[in-house]
Amino acid sequence: MSTSTTDRVIEVAGLCKEFNGKQVVDDVAFTVTRGQTVALLGANGAGKTTTIAMLLGLLLPTAGRIQVLGEDMVRHRYRVLGRINFSSPYVDLPRRLTVAQNLIFFARLYGVPDPKARLRELAEQLDLGPLLRQRIGELSAGQKTRASLAKALINRPEVILLDEPTASLDPDTADWVRSYLEAYQERRGASILLASHNMAEVERLAAMVLMMRGGRIVDRGTPSELIRRYGRHTLEQVFLDIVRETGAARPSRPERGTAAR
Amino acid sequence: MSDRPVYAATFAPSRIGAMVLRQVYLLRASWPRIFELMYWPTIQMVLWGFLTEFLLTNSSYIAQATGVLISAVLLWDVLFRGQLGFSLSFLEEIWSRNLPNLAVSPLRPSEFLISLMTMSLIRTLIGVLPATGLAIVFYHASVYDLGLPLLAFFVNLIVMSWAIGMAVTALILRVGLGAENTAWLAIFLIAPVSAIYYPVSVLPDWLQVVAWSLPTAPVFEGMRAILIDGQFRVDLLIHAALLDVLYLAIGAGLFLFSYHVARRRGLLLQIGE
Repeated sequence: MSTSTTDRVIEVAGLCKEFNGKQVVDDVAFTVTRGQTVALLGANGAGKTTTIAMLLGLLLPTAGRIQVLGEDMVRHRYRVLGRINFSSPYVDLPRRLTVAQNLIFFARLYGVPDPKARLRELAEQLDLGPLLRQRIGELSAGQKTRASLAKALINRPEVILLDEPTASLDPDTADWVRSYLEAYQERRGASILLASHNMAEVERLAAMVLMMRGGRIVDRGTPSELIRRYGRHTLEQVFLDIVRETGAARPSRPERGTAAR
Repeated sequence: MSDRPVYAATFAPSRIGAMVLRQVYLLRASWPRIFELMYWPTIQMVLWGFLTEFLLTNSSYIAQATGVLISAVLLWDVLFRGQLGFSLSFLEEIWSRNLPNLAVSPLRPSEFLISLMTMSLIRTLIGVLPATGLAIVFYHASVYDLGLPLLAFFVNLIVMSWAIGMAVTALILRVGLGAENTAWLAIFLIAPVSAIYYPVSVLPDWLQVVAWSLPTAPVFEGMRAILIDGQFRVDLLIHAALLDVLYLAIGAGLFLFSYHVARRRGLLLQIGE
C-alpha cells in the first residue's frame, strides 16, 4: 500500500551513526504515517535510543536523511521542534520545581497560547490535580511518568517520540498510560514512535514493529505478521529469536517484509 | 481561536522569558539560595571596608580617595557574580538533567545564551546591590559617587563575565561535570592582571601587555581615574568595550562549537549527575 507524501510524518533513509569507529546505527530506514504508532524493538544497545535521539536532533547522524513533518531534521529542525515532543525515563524534569511550575515553563517554551488553561486541561486528563503543587523530586515513579507525559503533550504534538514510556510502572499505571496514549492519538491524529522492551505494550499500541539488532533493522511488520512469520505465539518469543539469533532469526537471513516503508 | 502553539521559527523573546521564569521559580523556592547570592559580596565589602578605614590613616594612596578599595571590591564582584550567575544557571540544567528537554524544544542556542545572560544580570544585582547599600551605611563609601560612568563600568564588566561564562559552559559541554569547578575558579585566572586594587603599572612589562588585552584592567583604571584624579577616561572605556565585543564573540563561538560537538558525540544525553 502506498502513502502520500503528506501522510508521511517521519521519513528516515540510510540513517547511520558511528561512535569511535563502531557503527551503532547502520542504514536504518522507515516511515511513520499520520496517526500511526510504530515501535522500535530490540535488546539493550540495539540502537533504539540512538535512533530516537537522532530523530529529535539531540544527536547528529553520521549519514542518512531524516524528515519530520516534511522538514530536514539536520538542517531545519527548529521549523518543526514546536510540533513534536518526547518523553524518556533517562531525561528528568527539573526536580526542584513543582509539577505546575514545570508544565507552565514548558508551555511557555513551546509557545502554548494559554499555559494555565492547558495546565488545567492536562491536570484533569492525567489526574495530576493533587500533584500540581508537589516538586518533581517528591513524586513516585508512576507520578513522575504522568508528569513527564503531561510535558510531552503540553504542545499538543503531532509527533510524539517515547522512549520506554511505561518503564518502572506498575501494571495498573502502565495500562492507564497506554489507554491515555491511545485516546490522545485518536483525538489528535498524532503519530507515535516508541522504543520499548514491553512486548504487551508494543502488541497493543503498535501498528508496525521495527526489530533492531546491532544497529540495524533486521525485520519489520505488524505484531501479528511477525508472530506468524516466526511461527511463534507471542511477540516476546519473536523478540528472543531475534535477540539470540536463533530459529528463524539467524543472521544470514535478510530483512523480510517492507510493509512499514 | 486555535489551540495549536504559536510556532516562532525565528528568535522569540517569549522563550527567553520562559527560561528566566524557570530560574526565578528555582530562586523563589529557596531562600538559602538568595541569601547565598548576597552573602559573599557583603562579607567582602565588610572586610575591605575595615581595611580601608585602617589604611586611611596609614596610606597616602588610600587617603586620596576613601571609596577606591570598596568600589574596586564591588566592581570585581560584578564580574565574579556575573560569571558565576551565568555558569550556575547553565549548571542547574545539567544537575537537573533537563538539558535534553531544552535541546529538543524550540529554544535556540542563541535564546538559551540570552536567557543565561539575563539570569546572570538578575543574580548579580541581587548579590551586589545590598552590599552597595551597606557600604554607604557603614563606611560612607558610595560606589554611586562614580556617577554615570558606573553604568558603563558595570556594562563592560558584566559583558566580560558573560564571555567567560560562555567559555566555562563550553568546557563543561565538552568534558562534562568534571569541569564544573571551573565555574568558581575561572575568573580568578584574570584577577591578578585585572588591576583591581593596584594600577597596571605595578605589573611586570610583559604582564602589562596581558592586562591591557583584557577589558577588566581599563575598567579598574578608569574607576581610579575618576575617584583619584576626578577624570573620566573615555579612551579606557572604548578600549574595554571593543575588547568586550571581541571576547563575547569568542565566548559565543566556543559555546556554539561545543554545542555542535555535543550533538555530534551524543553528549547532550549523557551529561548530568
